[in-house]
Amino acid sequence: MDWALPRLVTVAKASAWQYSSAADSEPGRNDSVNTNAACPADEMIPTPSTSHVDYNRVYEPAEDSYLLLDTLSASSESNWLRARFPPTSATPSAVEVGCGSGVVLAFIAANAERLLGRPDVTTFGIDVNEFACKATADTVSLAIKEAGPTNQSVFGGSINGDLMTSLRPGSVDILVCNPPYVPTEELPNESNLDEFADRADFGSDEAFDRDSRYLALAYAGGMDGMEVTNRLLDQLPEALSQHGAAYILLCAQNRPDAVKDRIRSWAHGWSAETVGSSGKKAGWEKLSIIRVWRS
Amino acid sequence: MKLLTLNFLTCARKTCKSTAAAFPLHPKEAELEQVEMELNPLFVKNMLPRLDWEAMKTLATELGLPNLPAETPVAEELANESGEPTQTLRDLHTLLMETAIASGKLVCGNCGHEYAVKEGIANFLLPSHMV
Repeated sequence: MDWALPRLVTVAKASAWQYSSAADSEPGRNDSVNTNAACPADEMIPTPSTSHVDYNRVYEPAEDSYLLLDTLSASSESNWLRARFPPTSATPSAVEVGCGSGVVLAFIAANAERLLGRPDVTTFGIDVNEFACKATADTVSLAIKEAGPTNQSVFGGSINGDLMTSLRPGSVDILVCNPPYVPTEELPNESNLDEFADRADFGSDEAFDRDSRYLALAYAGGMDGMEVTNRLLDQLPEALSQHGAAYILLCAQNRPDAVKDRIRSWAHGWSAETVGSSGKKAGWEKLSIIRVWRS
Repeated sequence: MKLLTLNFLTCARKTCKSTAAAFPLHPKEAELEQVEMELNPLFVKNMLPRLDWEAMKTLATELGLPNLPAETPVAEELANESGEPTQTLRDLHTLLMETAIASGKLVCGNCGHEYAVKEGIANFLLPSHMV
């Protein structure tokens, strides 16, 4: 592992468009989260396969994706989720916004029993990138198949959409989002992605342009790296169910403490806590995951 | 996209979201596909309470599928005395889990906007003037 080397936060989000790795490696998986390593319940659960995904146009699983997997599978988080969604309650829905390769959603779908203490969960992936939507459908379906017959999770489908605008109010129980968190001068324009729809005839330059735009959408977060995350946060009170919880990944430049304080000031009793972090590197925390829920 | 998913979707336009007419979205020129899946009794039983039954009935009618019972089936109707899955359970499984929209459109009952479905993936991206 290369953890001794201080790495910039931007590396994880940037690596996908700068160079794509053919190897299905997973640097950073499970050495990044501060959990009790002595506890057998925290043994590492395998990462779902994404070897079929084209990383020239879909964000490749990286350190940030693996921090989500490790946070969700830590026994502390699993205990919280089990209490929140007891087996006697209705099947929970798990939605990932910006599902990319689908690795996180597939992890939840395939390990429902381990993560939620129940075998039934229904999963949906949402992404602005149509290739990510297809990739997620393949990744999650494959993971469920490989999980075997005791797994009772159902993949509802992928939705090509903007954050949670297409979801019925109150329909999300577990929201997961690894947003574009890297501070950038401006956001890529997503309004004209439709120019590319229905066309198979464009030249290699245009195709490259489209793919670059898709990858930029996966990392470019605008001012403070928070422009997309802020829109997502604004949608939470409407989208989450009464028991709903959101897991959102932030980097240090997003100023997680200020984000949590703001959520806690929302009307009707909201809580926000840091439930996973990549640990302090050179005195500052690189990545963290906050859980947001109605208290 | 499984029919189950339509229980969770609505029109993406802000002005439609809170209106009753925006849910469920109405399938149009829908090409359905049947994807076989293991019978999943626990999932069906635990999913029933969160289904909008009126919406499911509307969808079944609009898609020309067999009519659903007038009321949401209760858990007891899903297994017989010896614990075997009933026909009701099998029908629900077929409808929600195995029937998918492969292509077509989903139409908002409020604003009339049509969302395209291609290769099983619905496109809810709106041009900026419609957001």
